[in-house]
Amino acid sequence: MSQTRLEKRFADLKEEGRGGLVTFVTAGDPDFETSLELVKGLPKAGADVIELGMPFSDPMADGPAIQASSLRALRNGMTLSKTLDLVRAFRQDNQDTPIILMGYYNPIYIYGVDKFLTDAKSAGVDGFIIVDLPPEHDDEFCIPTMEQGLHFIRLTTPTTVGDRLPKVLNNTSGFVYYVSILGITGTAAASDSATHEAVARLKAETDLPVAVGFGIRTPEQAAKVATVADAAVVGSAIIDKLRENLDDDNQAKPGLSQAVLEYVRTLADGVRGSRT
Amino acid sequence: MTTPNSYMNGPDERGHFGIFGGRYVAETLMPLILEVEKAYDAAKADPSFQKDYDYYAKHYVGRPSPLYFAERLTRELGGAKIYFKRDELNHTGSHKANNVLGQILLARRMGKKRIIAETGAGQHGVATATFCALFNLPCVVYMGATDIARQAPNVFRMKLLGAEVIGVESGTGTLKDAMNDALRDWVTNVEETFYIIGTAAGPHPYPVMVRDFQSIIGREAKEQMLEAEGRLPDQLVACIGGGSNAIGLFHPFLDDKDVAITGVEAAGFGVKTDKHAASLTGGKPGVLHGNRTFLLQDDDGQIQDAHSISAGLDYPGIGPEHSWLHDIGRVNYASASDTEALEAFQMLSKVEGIIPALEPAHALAHVTKIAPDMGKDKIILMNLCGRGDKDIFTVAEALGVEI
Ligand SMILES: Cc1ncc(COP(=O)(O)O)c(C=O)c1O
Repeated sequence: MSQTRLEKRFADLKEEGRGGLVTFVTAGDPDFETSLELVKGLPKAGADVIELGMPFSDPMADGPAIQASSLRALRNGMTLSKTLDLVRAFRQDNQDTPIILMGYYNPIYIYGVDKFLTDAKSAGVDGFIIVDLPPEHDDEFCIPTMEQGLHFIRLTTPTTVGDRLPKVLNNTSGFVYYVSILGITGTAAASDSATHEAVARLKAETDLPVAVGFGIRTPEQAAKVATVADAAVVGSAIIDKLRENLDDDNQAKPGLSQAVLEYVRTLADGVRGSRT
Repeated sequence: MTTPNSYMNGPDERGHFGIFGGRYVAETLMPLILEVEKAYDAAKADPSFQKDYDYYAKHYVGRPSPLYFAERLTRELGGAKIYFKRDELNHTGSHKANNVLGQILLARRMGKKRIIAETGAGQHGVATATFCALFNLPCVVYMGATDIARQAPNVFRMKLLGAEVIGVESGTGTLKDAMNDALRDWVTNVEETFYIIGTAAGPHPYPVMVRDFQSIIGREAKEQMLEAEGRLPDQLVACIGGGSNAIGLFHPFLDDKDVAITGVEAAGFGVKTDKHAASLTGGKPGVLHGNRTFLLQDDDGQIQDAHSISAGLDYPGIGPEHSWLHDIGRVNYASASDTEALEAFQMLSKVEGIIPALEPAHALAHVTKIAPDMGKDKIILMNLCGRGDKDIFTVAEALGVEI
């Protein structure tokens, strides 16, 4: 089987001998046009993989920054099918940067799993992270995703120990996302040593690339993570930067995407400098 | 393991009632949820656990609660005989104590050091704070900001009992949002914390665990009814928020084919408006808070805000077992509006000298609709699952009275 876009990206990173930067933004935050402009600019700013949040009314695993981001998008009319439109528009001039959709199961369930997978694949989506679908529910979405040749990426956490880990790694593809802390998005980062140990533990069990996220806010932190893991994931900190560029009505101020992309650039520089 | 022709065997080992239920939670929580299930199975098989439960149920909660023949109300309505299962007389004022007692004993067995809970009306929060005081465990209760405003007496009660009450501003600041924040807390403090869910919903094993603890209502009622009337009732009625008091009354009767069963959802301003909390009447299946069940949601799968005058019914979902019982048609689900509940609330106060909580006032509103058309030889058994002290401010405001 030929390499998928996501596999190729991690293979290339390995070749370059550096860790990657995975960036999270919410699709449609604060509005469709601004969000598209921002996402389009991410590869040039140094994002190696784009995680795109599918807005949900009740994001139970997310902290205040991403909750608010999700609600802003929904208030401005974002829907799951518009998220796919956004991916389609992005793919018109980018064929290389993988896009992973991240979110919760209910909107997909309501859209219809089979129809959603067909539409997502044709839009140019590479994989999914669905927070509330543990291995116990693999038959529902994970298996159909794999049958479409798309990736189902699982979160592993500090509580994923013992015989739980093989269970979680099974049917995971593309990469493994290690959530370095117990908790929701946007809280404190884990210590370097804890992350180091956890990644080593994962690497002993899987050949998949390991990305580490939750709590990474600065280029220095991203750089450190990228020395021990295959990629660093940054989400809430990017969303915070976006929020700084909103007016009192939560609408985009001029220059929002440039400001956010400049910040992403500093993260990317950090990651790129990390192993030299 | 399913015996044919029984409605009482669910859920299956993965926590499914038909297509409903399951465990749709973040990976961080999975190991703990599996641990809770294992601990619960072990507790169920351990006579000393049941002995502890029975001890506190009797001496602290005040069980069994009476079965009461509401003679004046029966005469007033002019039809079926009306009985109340009086769980409003429990310590802390509602059925919530039955469940909290069971879960806190389990938390202690598991060696957990900290308790969290969500609450709508505050009754579950008060029950949780009460048992935390009794067992000397720190207690954090998440409560929507809207509910804090309309259930002020219960907020103060919880604080008196030593609990920390955290106001939740997200969403509409009601029960669903409180549950989101409780889940966020749990993910963060998973090692030492036990989450006492207040209704028969959430990830498996919560729906079955809460049902089992609440089934003491139905088991007692069955025995008491046989003693009082020498037969089973013709009709059961209970209100539905997440569905714990209802499933507690219903479950022991599910296989009694001649007993008709009705759950009453909150119709708010009316089920045809967008301001109600009737998930079965106005919702469709979806996945939220760890289980698949009927939910109020839009075409994009975004959860909609519920509305009810009663904070305890103001939830856009319902426990998965009810979704299943609705699907297979064993239980009938009706609804009662804010206005109807308010009328029933006042009526019961005047006719029987019992001020009910606004939640069971919805069940009572349904009873007043059906009783007159039933023969005098028929029997209705309603779960009077909470008392109304907490609601007097809300009701006064709704009636335009200043107190
Ligand atoms: C008195 C009373 N009844 C009913 C409910 C609704 O919950 P459930 O449907 O789980 O019984 C509540 C919830 O707060 C309550 O306080």
